[in-house]
Amino acid sequence: MAEKARGTFFPMMLLCTICMETVDELGKMFIFLLDALRLMFAGWGQFSKMVRQIYFIGVQSVSVIALIGLFSGMVMGMQLYFALSTFGADGFLGTAVAMSMVRELAPVLSAIMLTGRAGSAMTAEIGVMRISEQIDALTIMDINPMRYLVAPKMAACLLSFPILTAFFNLISLWGSWLTGVKLLGANEGAYWASVQSSLNWADVEGGFIKSIIFGVLVCTICCFEGYYTHTRSGHAGPEGVSQSTTSAVVKSCVAILAADYILTSLLW
Amino acid sequence: MLKLRKETAVGLFVLVGLLAIIYMSIKLGNVQLFTDKYYPVRANFTDIAGLKVNAPVQMYGVSIGFVSDISLDQELNVARVDMMIEKEVKLMDDAIVSVKTSGLIGDKYLKIDPGGLGDPVNPGDTLFDSQPAIDLEDLISKFAFGKV
Repeated sequence: MAEKARGTFFPMMLLCTICMETVDELGKMFIFLLDALRLMFAGWGQFSKMVRQIYFIGVQSVSVIALIGLFSGMVMGMQLYFALSTFGADGFLGTAVAMSMVRELAPVLSAIMLTGRAGSAMTAEIGVMRISEQIDALTIMDINPMRYLVAPKMAACLLSFPILTAFFNLISLWGSWLTGVKLLGANEGAYWASVQSSLNWADVEGGFIKSIIFGVLVCTICCFEGYYTHTRSGHAGPEGVSQSTTSAVVKSCVAILAADYILTSLLW
Repeated sequence: MLKLRKETAVGLFVLVGLLAIIYMSIKLGNVQLFTDKYYPVRANFTDIAGLKVNAPVQMYGVSIGFVSDISLDQELNVARVDMMIEKEVKLMDDAIVSVKTSGLIGDKYLKIDPGGLGDPVNPGDTLFDSQPAIDLEDLISKFAFGKV
C-alpha cells in the first residue's frame, strides 16, 4: 500500500519540489538584484570601486567588442548583398544591416560576449572569495559584502553595456560598408542614406533599453551564482566554483535570448 | 610603452561612449533638437494610401521636410496631413501636394509643386490643391474591365 502510494505520488512530489526550488531561487535572485541596485548609491566610497569595475568590464572589453562588431558587420554586408542583389534591391543593404544590427544583433551579441568575458570572471571571483571564506571575513569586519562586491559591478554593467553596444553598432555599420560597398560595389550614397533614413528614435532607444536590461540580467545571474556557490548541493570547494561559473554563463545566455524575444515583442 | 592610468582609461571610455550614444541618437535616431528650423503646413487628401508619419516631403526630388502628423477629419471626410517644411523653402498657396510612391513597392512620400502665382503660405495654413495617391489596383481593374 505504502509502496503503491509512493509510486503514484513520487513524480508529483518531484515536480512540486523542482517548482518550489525554482520559485525560491527566482525570489532570492530578485531580492539580490534589488539589494545591489539600492547599495549602488551607498556613499562616495562606491565611486572608486565602480571606476575599477568599469575598467575591467568596460574598457578591457572594447577590443573584443570592436573585433566582434567588425566581423559580424562584414559578414552581414556580404550575405545581405548577395541576397538582395538577386532581386536587384541592393539599395536596401543599408536598411537591412542597420535594422538588424541596431535592433537585434548589437545588444544580443555584445551581451553574450560580455557574459563570456566579464560575467564568468565575476562569478569565479566572488565564488572563490566565498569558498575561501573571505566573504565571511568581510561580514565579520562589518563590511556589507553586497555593497563591497556586487553593487559596484552592477553599476559598471549598467554603464558599460549600452556604451559597448553603441561601439558595436557603429563599428558593425562600418564593417558592412567595407564589404558591401568597398568590396562588392553597392552604391555608397544609397548605403549611408538608407542607414540613416531607415532608423528612427524608437529603434535606437529600443536597442539601448535592451542592452541595459541585458546588463542587469547578466550581472545579477553571474554575481548570484558566485555569491551562493557554497549552497550548491553535491559540489563543494573548487569544483563548486567551476560548476557555478558554467551554470552562470549558460543561464545568462539563455536569459539574454529569452529576454530578447520578450523585449522585442514589447518594444515594437 | 605609454601606460594609461586606470582612471584616465575609464574616463576616456565613458566620454567616447557617451559621444557614440549621442551620435547614434542624433544621426541615426533622427532626433530633432532644434525644431524651429521648420514651419507647419497642412493639407487634406481623399486618400493617402498608407503614408506614414516621418515620411519625407520632397520638392523637385529634394527633401524639404517631413510628415509630422496624420489624422482623420470626419466632418470633411478627408485625411488631414500635417507637415513640417524647412523655413528657407517658400510655398505659394496654389502649390499642389500629391502622394507618391518611390518605385513600385517603395515607401510613400509627399511631393510638393510649389506654385507661383498665389500668395505666400503662412505657418499653419492649409494647402487646398491636393492629389490623392494613385491606386495601382484601381488602375489595373479599370484597364481589365474596360472603363479606360
